[in-house]
Amino acid sequence: MNLHEYQGKALFREYGLPVSHGVACDTTDEVLAAAKQIGGDMWVVKAQVHAGGRGKAGGVKLVKTEAEIREFCERHIGNRLVTYQTDASGQPVSKILIETCTDIANELYLGAVVDRSSRRIVFMASTEGGVEIEKVAHETPEKILKAAIDPLVGAQPYQAREIGFKLGLNPTQMKQFTQIFLGLAKLFEEKDVALIEVNPLVITDEGNLHCLDAKVVIDSNAMYRHPELAAMHDPSQDDEREAQAAKWELNYVALDGTIGCMVNGAGLAMGTMDTVKLHGGAPANFLDVGGGATKERVAEAFKIILSDENVKAVFVNIFGGIVRCDMIAEGIIGAVEEVGVKVPVVVRLEGNSAEKGAQILSQSSLNIIAGESLSDAAQKVVAAAGGAA
Amino acid sequence: MSILINKNTKVICQGFTGKNGTFHSEQAIAYGTQMVGGVTPGKGGTTHLGLPVFDTVADAVAATGADASVIYVPAPFVQDSIMEAVSAGIQVIVCITEGVPTLDMLKCKVACDQAGVVLIGPNCPGVITPDECKIGIMPGHIHLKGKVGIVSRSGTLTYEAVKQTTDMGFGQSTCVGIGGDPIPGSNFIDILARFQEDPQTEAIVMIGEIGGTAEEEAAEFIKQHVTKPVVSYIAGVTAPAGKRMGHAGAIISGGKGTAAEKFAALEAAGVTVTRNLAEIGKTLKEATGW
Repeated sequence: MNLHEYQGKALFREYGLPVSHGVACDTTDEVLAAAKQIGGDMWVVKAQVHAGGRGKAGGVKLVKTEAEIREFCERHIGNRLVTYQTDASGQPVSKILIETCTDIANELYLGAVVDRSSRRIVFMASTEGGVEIEKVAHETPEKILKAAIDPLVGAQPYQAREIGFKLGLNPTQMKQFTQIFLGLAKLFEEKDVALIEVNPLVITDEGNLHCLDAKVVIDSNAMYRHPELAAMHDPSQDDEREAQAAKWELNYVALDGTIGCMVNGAGLAMGTMDTVKLHGGAPANFLDVGGGATKERVAEAFKIILSDENVKAVFVNIFGGIVRCDMIAEGIIGAVEEVGVKVPVVVRLEGNSAEKGAQILSQSSLNIIAGESLSDAAQKVVAAAGGAA
Repeated sequence: MSILINKNTKVICQGFTGKNGTFHSEQAIAYGTQMVGGVTPGKGGTTHLGLPVFDTVADAVAATGADASVIYVPAPFVQDSIMEAVSAGIQVIVCITEGVPTLDMLKCKVACDQAGVVLIGPNCPGVITPDECKIGIMPGHIHLKGKVGIVSRSGTLTYEAVKQTTDMGFGQSTCVGIGGDPIPGSNFIDILARFQEDPQTEAIVMIGEIGGTAEEEAAEFIKQHVTKPVVSYIAGVTAPAGKRMGHAGAIISGGKGTAAEKFAALEAAGVTVTRNLAEIGKTLKEATGW
């Protein structure tokens, strides 16, 4: 689960990390009031969306006057911000974070993630902060300093020192860096973080380290033990159909093709999308109905798939392990009748009670095309959607 | 021979009397797995599915000599269950439960490694040695005893590979679903090493998916250590970057972990890859000359 910058910074503050004084606001008036309360004659206003690249997209601005604040707020609040990390329609902005200004002498990068290869939480730091760190990691990996955290004893100060010396920090900054490093490590473990980034971690004109941005992603699997974080969830940032699917424990991701896919199992769902592509079609979505697919969920899955107007045909690919294909077949028939499916539906059933399922489908009066095998079904659905692109 | 489990493996179930534990234990018993009991704290001394229920894994091991355990407990209790099994001397732990917090797995993995215990999963279909022992949720009837070792991150994709190798008459030595989580108890390399050593396994099918670098690392291992033919399929060619495709593992980030990179790494390691999911069996036939 992604957190907004202002939420991440609230966590940073809780763990003793240096962040700017700021207020997250819902309206222009609130932002203006917050500017007065913060004081000074210059502020930073930042649109709160779950995406990076806000600065380049105009979602972050230095403002000096009431007029500038008004202009920024009116442009963003209630509208969508498109950055290189969002899709073409962008993410909705409902909150603006207004903060004190920070004079920047130097920009560093500090982040941590669960590294699958080493099976450790790994911290990464670089002198090349502020820019696209992924590019640095890709082109000049030697500029990324790393420290792996022992799962049993946790982060140690020496690890901060090792990185700090290589970053060229002075003794005061070293103390600050050690505190930030250990604070982030504690936050990571206590809040079940999946990814945390301070980009940039700046050195101010006065020579102090300061966390200018906060990106925090929480492990969704651990939400049950963090009700305070679950309460931070902002559903407006989620894709509407994906959120609707999640309510039914369906995994749905919208894509831009014409063939709707309904599959059991995430791997097979991806494999099905790939098979469609291999035969010249384009998948409209990823959808995993899961192992415990019921008639109701199959019906709901159909509704979600068909809410995408680009869908010209639907491909149902079920490998019944535990789930019984005859039950899936009944679910499909129920859904097609209830939802009024107007596009062709190609069904391939395999595994548990597959023959019975196929029989049920063939006996129905509905326009359902049976796929004999995976390849056969893929070819039929591509043809039904208007042929190979 | 086979790997990890065989007809002599004595299996207990943690979360035995729950809905999933009950259903899948029944299936396992029907398949012929040597289930010797189960654990549900507070229900020790009772009988379930005709087998003894114990309060603790230690009690179950002492009474039955169990050497493997399958875990169906809900995600919040998985860390506790794995640690209990390790402490009781279980040698092979298969964790089916999905939704386990990643940081719990980081700790469990260290504990299992230190104790020399094999952990499969979590979030996986389990392990099966056809006609001998089924630990997990896979449908037994699609399997055929034979000579192909199958290892996969995905449940239903494993079934596809199983079906194709069964249809072609090759059969399987052992099938291992390592699970789709970021921190699996065992990875491709752990299982590939066992298949390489197993005389019954004559060829290996490895099914990967986008996200992470496990397939690239496996490719490097195969190049150095695996002499048996390996056929591989990677799911997720059409998946866009930055989107989570159901499995916590299946997410492309920072341009890393794409299907194209994985195919390239495997091909460079001498693995025969297929980009067509429907042709795993056919590709295996070509690669082995069977």
